[in-house]
Amino acid sequence: MDDATIRFTVDGIEIEAVAGQTVIEACDAAGIYIPRLCHHPDLAPAGQCRVCTCTINGRNGAACVTPAMQGMVVENETKPLNDDRRAIIEMLFVEGNHPCVYCVASGDCELQALGYRLGLDAPKQPYLWPGRPLDTTHPDIILDHDRCILCSRCIRASRMEDGKTVFGFEGRGIAMRLNVDAQGGLGETQMAAIDRAASVCPVACIVIKRDSYKVPNGKRRFDVSPIGSDIEAKRMPRT
Amino acid sequence: MSLLDIDERILELADLVDLDRSPFDDKKAFDRPVDVGFIEGGCANEYNVRTLRDFRRHCRILVSVGACAINGGVPAMRNTIGLKECLEAVYLGGPTLEGGGMIPNDEDLPLMLDRVYPSHEVVRIDYFLPGCPPSGEAIWEGLSALLTGREPALPYQLFKYE
Ligand code: SF4
Ligand code: SF4
Ligand code: FES
Repeated sequence: MDDATIRFTVDGIEIEAVAGQTVIEACDAAGIYIPRLCHHPDLAPAGQCRVCTCTINGRNGAACVTPAMQGMVVENETKPLNDDRRAIIEMLFVEGNHPCVYCVASGDCELQALGYRLGLDAPKQPYLWPGRPLDTTHPDIILDHDRCILCSRCIRASRMEDGKTVFGFEGRGIAMRLNVDAQGGLGETQMAAIDRAASVCPVACIVIKRDSYKVPNGKRRFDVSPIGSDIEAKRMPRT
Repeated sequence: MSLLDIDERILELADLVDLDRSPFDDKKAFDRPVDVGFIEGGCANEYNVRTLRDFRRHCRILVSVGACAINGGVPAMRNTIGLKECLEAVYLGGPTLEGGGMIPNDEDLPLMLDRVYPSHEVVRIDYFLPGCPPSGEAIWEGLSALLTGREPALPYQLFKYE
């Protein structure tokens, strides 16, 4: 074992990481899926949603922002952690407007897919039905605030990948909202449909016009297999 | 209607259950307690609430079936707009209206609720079968589990919100 190799266990399975990797990155490479929502492999981690919370050396922490360390003991697939994750997903469902029945992202949506994976049959909290605007000012992109789960992926992609500042948050707590850097809506920003920010949204908040239904319902990513199964497949043949 | 998608298993079902009250027999009111009730649709007016409470009172196990029962579905599109605005848009501002129009107000019409509510926000619900509609397979899985004393658990391919 060279010095740069970090070894730690996740649910009793020993895995290896290289210095600088976070827990979630090391687990992804090792074929262990930790549920996540705000994390995107191409973007800097934000630790925003807490879905990836694991018990790390006895304390709960977000796996996407915790560096891998020698000998750490990580618990991931436990009932209490999955119950908490389901509760976060539930809250996101009731705090926004998520009618999957007539949503363009259905079958391809990470929020919905986590609901499926975590067995969320119905939220226990009351729906809030907030009134949120629909921004159709851009010729190629719709911004449907009903669906926004405030993951900040678009903010990070716009700043770091596109070199723009199209998106930001305003307000706090339940009043927090995504906004764009122009009074007149998305159409007045520098946003282009080919921007990275346009393709990282995990739900149907940023939707490219004339691009939906290329893959029909029933054949989309998470219609076919549960979220995370691509990562878990890396671990599969253990003979 | 999705219940009919269980196809020939409907014969098996007929052997297992006594159907008490359903759209098939058009029975209007409960006259005895039943073991399992399936409720579909959300509550948009006070008549829906009365029906749902009646089901809760008479069913030992009550199952919320489908997206409308679970999250209000398409009727709940009005929830973010507001009842008044919605009625005015349809009955006072509709493009096909002639001579002004008026918002219906008749004692025979059930009172609309301020919002469309999912079933579990009105009464206690024991189990949920998501989907729009849930497939025949999902309904059969849920039903046969309840009839044989198993906990209903839908396999991944049947667990859908749409
Ligand atoms: S964004 Fe996802 S969770 Fe929300 S309505 Fe669309 S498919 Fe459902
Ligand atoms: S628009 Fe999409 S990517 Fe941006 S914060 Fe909302 S959910 Fe996240
Ligand atoms: S994925 Fe780690 S906090 Fe969101």
